[in-house]
Amino acid sequence: MKFLSRFYMALIFFILYAPILVVIVFSFNGSGSLSHFSDFSLHWYRELFRDGEALSALKNSLFLAVTSSVFATVIGTFAAFGISRAKRRYYQVAVETVSKIPMMNPDIVTGVSMMLLFVGVASILKLSNVLGLWTMLIAHTTFNLPYVILSVLPKFRQMDKSLTEAALDLGCTPAQTFFRVELPFIVPGVISGLMMSFTLSLDDFVISHFVSSPDFKTLPLYIYNQTAHEVKFSMYALCTLLIFVILILLIAVNLAGSAEDRKLRKKNRAGAKGGRG
Amino acid sequence: MNKDILIRLNGISKAFDGETVLDSISLEIHDKEFITLLGPSGCGKTTTLRIIGGFETPDEGDVFFDGKRINDVPPYQRQVNTVFQRYALFPHLNVFDNIAFGLRIQKRPDAEIRQKVKDMLAMVNLKGFERRKVSTLSGGQQQRVAIARALVNQPKVLLLDEPLAALDLKLRKDMQNELKNIQHQTGITFIYVTHDQEEALSMSDTVVVMAHGQIQQIGSPTDIYNEPVNAFVADFIGESNIVDGIMLADRSVRFAGHTFVCVDGGFAKNEQVDVVVRPEDVDVVPVEKGMLKGLVTGVTFKGVHYEIIVDVDGFKWMIQTTDFVAEGETIGLYIEPDAIHIMKKSEFSGMFGDYSSFSDELDKLSVITEDEEEE
Repeated sequence: MKFLSRFYMALIFFILYAPILVVIVFSFNGSGSLSHFSDFSLHWYRELFRDGEALSALKNSLFLAVTSSVFATVIGTFAAFGISRAKRRYYQVAVETVSKIPMMNPDIVTGVSMMLLFVGVASILKLSNVLGLWTMLIAHTTFNLPYVILSVLPKFRQMDKSLTEAALDLGCTPAQTFFRVELPFIVPGVISGLMMSFTLSLDDFVISHFVSSPDFKTLPLYIYNQTAHEVKFSMYALCTLLIFVILILLIAVNLAGSAEDRKLRKKNRAGAKGGRG
Repeated sequence: MNKDILIRLNGISKAFDGETVLDSISLEIHDKEFITLLGPSGCGKTTTLRIIGGFETPDEGDVFFDGKRINDVPPYQRQVNTVFQRYALFPHLNVFDNIAFGLRIQKRPDAEIRQKVKDMLAMVNLKGFERRKVSTLSGGQQQRVAIARALVNQPKVLLLDEPLAALDLKLRKDMQNELKNIQHQTGITFIYVTHDQEEALSMSDTVVVMAHGQIQQIGSPTDIYNEPVNAFVADFIGESNIVDGIMLADRSVRFAGHTFVCVDGGFAKNEQVDVVVRPEDVDVVPVEKGMLKGLVTGVTFKGVHYEIIVDVDGFKWMIQTTDFVAEGETIGLYIEPDAIHIMKKSEFSGMFGDYSSFSDELDKLSVITEDEEEE
């Protein structure tokens, strides 16, 4: 029985990770074959870094991921602040729910509707070729926003209201209170929101596909274009690199989260002890 | 005395979601006074404190500070500081930075900040704790840091919102003394909120007893204890037997089927009154020497004394005596004239002061639920 359950788990993980493993392994394959592994080589990585188009797509992706995640984090943090401060409970719940809907909306719907919006606005303003960097930036910031709110709002809710009052009491203006007391408290939520936005932006394909143009390609769009004709093995190398970037970010988010949990547990223990004296 | 008035509340009313919390409160607070707002949860004491601190705005009425109306002055521009019930220390700062917080906002020079924080830590007995994280401190230590953080700004008034509620009994007693000393040393006006009557009596210059959003009585601790104005105050401050009586004439009152000599007067002839007799003021005597006689129905040993419940014609009296009396015994009760306190009838008449349903466990239970409601 025990063996069975172990085997079952191994099988699940195998199914989950087999495709990724294939990509990683064959990215180091010296011969250009998908069926047999001849020798270990960094050939495809060298090839990749000689590919100017791939590098410019990488640059675009990184630029977009950084800017859109920073914008989304700033806007989302203030949105969470506002939601947590709303006086009426039902209003809070309503706004929070509305802010979550875009996360559940199919990407294809979001992508198509954004494209229609951009093109529509452009035709009203009599602009042509509106799709590109700016529409990508707006789209990515928009779909990142709910995730930031999702990770920051609970931190505001955890915060004891009297912390804010204590800061005001000690002479802080509301702005000083935010930056000196509230922001330090919610920073773990802000950081995880930022990292989540970064990864989401980095690997988005569907929405980007609709709101971008041929002269502003991100990595996922570029990879898709490449594989449409024939699979170049340098794409394996590119995917491997992407997998590792995302993996590192995920580990960082989780580590930050668990460090925060430990701190909270410790504090609760200290609080319980204090209560008993 | 008039020019000593530091804070004046004038007809303050406040409602939350249509529910009246404060009903036209007026109060004068003098400079250097230790004043306590005392009452059960929901009586409006914390709201009163928050209005003085600037965290709530009154719906009606005015708040004056040093003669100036401060209704619309935000908390960060008021010369008051607060010690919060749950300490509210900043978790991302260490002890030193927590205490220095207010001074840094005022942009005081570093050397001055260091000196003042050092002095404060000495005053609250936390020397050497500068670099400690606040999460590593015990409840009592956190409380001291919170007091130091408020006092370092040398406010004119310190507001304390049930600051000792979370501490255990022993620590609470120590902190009571310490707070009293600090108040003497600094000469700062303390406005203290508590539901613990013992704490209020032992620490304050003035006690303000509140119930149902109204002030019931303002006075020194001895006045409040010895001359309660109504059944609520008599019951809330210490234990009281409260009996219906008739004022026959000045200094003569009839209750429990007997006419007593008392020291109060000024009532109408045959006016219905509430009579208060404290449990420690009733003497247990042999039946033939007693003014009243009754059957002992319960005896509890309390350490310093026995607490006995005596049934006198159906009304149960609580009596504290150092002599042992057995359950089932019939005893005589003797009451001195100055142990009898007469009060006018009020909305609280008949609600308190009968020990027929009294039991220690019940008392504790109701205290616990009261605390939970406040959470």
